[in-house]
Amino acid sequence: MNREDFLMCKDALIYLDNGATTFKPKQVINKVVDYYTKYTANCHRGDYDISQKVDFEYESTREVVRKFINADSREEIIFTSGTTESLNMIIFSFMRHYLKKGDEVLITKAEHASNVLPWFELEKEMGIVVKFIPLTRDYKVTLDNVKAVTTNKTKVISLAYITNVIGDVRPIKEISEFAHQNNILLCVDGAQSVPHMKTDVLRDDIDFLAFSAHKMLGPTGVGILYAKKKFLEVMPPFKYGGGMNIKFESTKELEYKEVPLRFEAGTQNIAGVLGLKAAIEYIESIGIEKIREHEIKLREYLIKRLKEVSNVTVYNEASESGIVIFNLDKIFAEDTANYLNHYHICVRAGNHCTKMIKDDLGVKNTCRISLYLYNTFEEIDKLIDVLKNSKNIYDIIL
Amino acid sequence: MDSNIKRELMIENFENPFHKESKNGKEFIKANTYNASCIDNIDLYVRIKDGKIYDAYFDGEACAITISATSLMVKKIIGMTLQEARNFITEYYHMVNFENYDKTKLGNLLIYEDIAKQPSRKKCALLPVQALEKSLEICEEGGKNDK
Ligand SMILES: Cc1ncc(COP(=O)(O)O)c(C=O)c1O
Repeated sequence: MNREDFLMCKDALIYLDNGATTFKPKQVINKVVDYYTKYTANCHRGDYDISQKVDFEYESTREVVRKFINADSREEIIFTSGTTESLNMIIFSFMRHYLKKGDEVLITKAEHASNVLPWFELEKEMGIVVKFIPLTRDYKVTLDNVKAVTTNKTKVISLAYITNVIGDVRPIKEISEFAHQNNILLCVDGAQSVPHMKTDVLRDDIDFLAFSAHKMLGPTGVGILYAKKKFLEVMPPFKYGGGMNIKFESTKELEYKEVPLRFEAGTQNIAGVLGLKAAIEYIESIGIEKIREHEIKLREYLIKRLKEVSNVTVYNEASESGIVIFNLDKIFAEDTANYLNHYHICVRAGNHCTKMIKDDLGVKNTCRISLYLYNTFEEIDKLIDVLKNSKNIYDIIL
Repeated sequence: MDSNIKRELMIENFENPFHKESKNGKEFIKANTYNASCIDNIDLYVRIKDGKIYDAYFDGEACAITISATSLMVKKIIGMTLQEARNFITEYYHMVNFENYDKTKLGNLLIYEDIAKQPSRKKCALLPVQALEKSLEICEEGGKNDK
């Protein structure tokens, strides 16, 4: 749908790597170009018209994000450089002070590096204990599996809503209820879910949420950290500098701004934030439910058609998202991706920054297809034709 | 060389690689190389004795080019003196960089002579020699050299 809005949607190119990043519609590009050509100025400095315009655009983006994820207040929305930075802020600013030695944090082996490595570092630094929630045979997380590894020392559960390799949708609402009954905080990596399904932090009672603009039609270099106000009030800033302080004196007396500005030191990615606003407005003009419906239909069609190809193994048939991972028999994932590239079909080969899932999946590397609104049934047909012809793969790639 | 013959040799060495197994014994020097931008990752195991490559193995997950090139290289280097191995590395680099090189030093690895025409695949073909280079460095730093 809406392919005409995307300059990158050219007939010859079949882009199936939306989990990595997405195309940007012209509405987003125009918004960024307008900022750079019509009202370039810094924000929160506003003594003149164009700076006030920037302030308005920047701050109103907070409101647009708030509504998009149904947060209580726009003060709970902090702009960062991406999911990775948002998660690092949560873990190294909030959790470092909140947790004590011996406290347990639950993650899974299917988490993205950015929801694993900061925890491992904190484990080394202060002796928290990072534990893995076991996955089911379909690589899913169930409430029972969460319960199985929860102890009275469990203080945090940190999970992707949708994982970037398996594409399974976690039962976050159930987990949230259980967590909060047991005085456990819930941190959600929304990088793969916020762009693809309705997010409602109140319905799911999420304590912390991280996501990236570039995976939802927005510019690169912008992310969001959502956290409940009560946690932000006690979270130390992650960075210090201009824009976040009220005063500082040679006597070392200092005072920082209120939440959320306290967390946005230095000049922000203003163009990126404004582009994000246009991206969300674009998604809302279509309706995120409609986008999800389209993706699910494409997925079902893709799985059905992949079954026609005798040498394909699909590893995540049970997932309910636009992510499908597969391999061709006896062919290394990278070679398959290279082969598809020859036909201008873009898929991702590898372990997708999720290096621990191999323990469960039994294969280290796979090809990943990840769909979005502008993908079409015809593109899937072309992909299937090329895969069916893969007997000559080495003639093409060697 | 005819491109079909080259391709067949690559496929044969990818599907049935020579000496593809981990050797964790003390007598082996282990050197890992990987591609930062893709997912090729190999470990090379060489045993150096009396100034010669006495034995070599490799293991890992990688594309057809990396696996086949490593397989052919392992076959080729067994029995080489350290100086011969160094010369081999130099000539191989010359080949993939389209510089003058001594064809007689490279044996079957000549099949990768065109590989650098695809820049994205050149790094795949370089992984095995980079691993060999590393192994020789480890050896020179006083690593394992059975006398
Ligand atoms: C599940 C998940 N978490 C986190 C990230 C990191 O996002 P970013 O690179 O935008 O910081 C990604 C991106 O691939 C992801 O898929």
